[in-house]
Amino acid sequence: MSPEVQALLYLLAAVAFIVGLQRLGSPRTARSGNTVAAAGMLMAVVVTLADSEVSWVVLGAGAAAGGVIGAVLALRVHMTAMPQLVAAFNGFGGLASALVAGAVFVAVIGEIETVDMLTILLSVAIGAITFTGSLVAYAKLQGLLSGSPITYPAQKIVNAVLLAGLVTAGVWSQLSQDASAFWLLGGLALVLGVTLVIPIGGADMPVIIALLNSLSGVAAAATGFVITNSALIIAGALVGASGLILTKLMTDAMNRSLANVLFGAFGTGDGASASVATGGQVRTTTPDDLAIALAYARRVVVIPGYGLAVAQAQHQLRAVAAELERRGVEVVYGIHPVAGRMPGHMNVLLAEADVPYDQLLDLEATNALLPRTDVVLVLGANDVVNPAARDDAGSPIYGMPIIEADTARTVIVVKRSLSPGFAGIDNPLFYDDGTLMLFADAKKALADLAIALETV
Amino acid sequence: MLDPVVVGVVVFVLASFVGFELITKVPPTLHTPLMSGSNAISGITIVGAIIATGIENDVVAGVFAFLAVAAATINVVGGFLVTDRMLGMFRRPKREEPE
Repeated sequence: MSPEVQALLYLLAAVAFIVGLQRLGSPRTARSGNTVAAAGMLMAVVVTLADSEVSWVVLGAGAAAGGVIGAVLALRVHMTAMPQLVAAFNGFGGLASALVAGAVFVAVIGEIETVDMLTILLSVAIGAITFTGSLVAYAKLQGLLSGSPITYPAQKIVNAVLLAGLVTAGVWSQLSQDASAFWLLGGLALVLGVTLVIPIGGADMPVIIALLNSLSGVAAAATGFVITNSALIIAGALVGASGLILTKLMTDAMNRSLANVLFGAFGTGDGASASVATGGQVRTTTPDDLAIALAYARRVVVIPGYGLAVAQAQHQLRAVAAELERRGVEVVYGIHPVAGRMPGHMNVLLAEADVPYDQLLDLEATNALLPRTDVVLVLGANDVVNPAARDDAGSPIYGMPIIEADTARTVIVVKRSLSPGFAGIDNPLFYDDGTLMLFADAKKALADLAIALETV
Repeated sequence: MLDPVVVGVVVFVLASFVGFELITKVPPTLHTPLMSGSNAISGITIVGAIIATGIENDVVAGVFAFLAVAAATINVVGGFLVTDRMLGMFRRPKREEPE
């Protein structure tokens, strides 16, 4: 195969990735889009095999091991564990990119020109940081490490020193053409991945996974420069852009800057509860009264939070919704961008519970519907429905986009207690005249509600 | 003939803009499959890993190539499979014909 034909076939693979991502723009075409992208990948692999002097033993062993591990992980993972799986996959992608650049380095050491050295070092550094950073994110999400920010004195200075060391090792690698400087650079990058991610709290993980996603793409693109391959450069750029957009969407939804997420050591991890002064009267309700309110509503908007997913209550929720729909009640779900542990996570959890995708509404669509909604059912969500973010300029979450539950006729909040959410602040919605509180565990409340609905 | 690195930079910048255009059109509902799917696409580095297995007479390069192939294959196979599994759960609206 001539290099020209090979280059064009790689371009075709890249086009398949672009078409695949385009088809991910709608739930109707998304699955076929994924297949198109996978076909592009297969083609890139075949084109490479057809024209390279490969070691079939090394290749076969690596592909067999990786294929089995990848398939088992993909087919067995629970949907709630999706964030840590994606974090792990990001890490493997970064590791592969760093290793390819490393293998090229040891093969051509001694005669590397500055530009080539730069691409190799960037590929190794970004890949290695992505690898260990993703491992830490995985460990935090999996509960192997505390979700709380892990901090120590002079943390930022340590990171700055590591980064300076990284750059120095890079310059030294080029000047000396010596492998020891290169190994030092790789080692420092591995350490830096750990030290950059450990101070980041569990609730900020959606941002970090998106950012590592972006980095895994950039690492692949850098490797594309090392081996002069446009398929890697294009695919890497696409993924880099994708991860960056999702990172921005997540930080916007949290009303924070990326710098604040990375260096703020914010929050105390999952389900943090600071003690705050509570004020005002709350009105409480019972599952029986709730059943009546729901059964005679025209439209019910459910606002799920991560607490619902932790309790694995989305299946009970679906059962209640099915009963309401049977009675002619319109049920839709209002989903805040940070409702899960990664972008779009809550949508996947509800899709798993058999909720049709046209009932999953985003923030804007939900808020447009709420003033014409009879009952809002808030399940395990707190800060994302806090009107203080809209009304109280002194509130720490002021400016954060919220689902404006208080604009609906009746708000019903199912919650174990009045304790504040992640941001550690009180929620005026709970004391609103239009709000009824049902103090209960979400899963049990929904089970009770299903029984109560049978007798309405 | 232009330096391949310059050509690479041109391709990278243009592809980034294509990426921004494409991804901003993906609805929030699909953001998780988008992440796992794009993650599988970043496994394209498997091409580099395959080429690296051809580096001869160097044990370190051989070990790196083996590990790179394994890691990239996990990324590609796992990424596309889990994305397909997730997208298979997205059920069509009731008023339409079921699949």
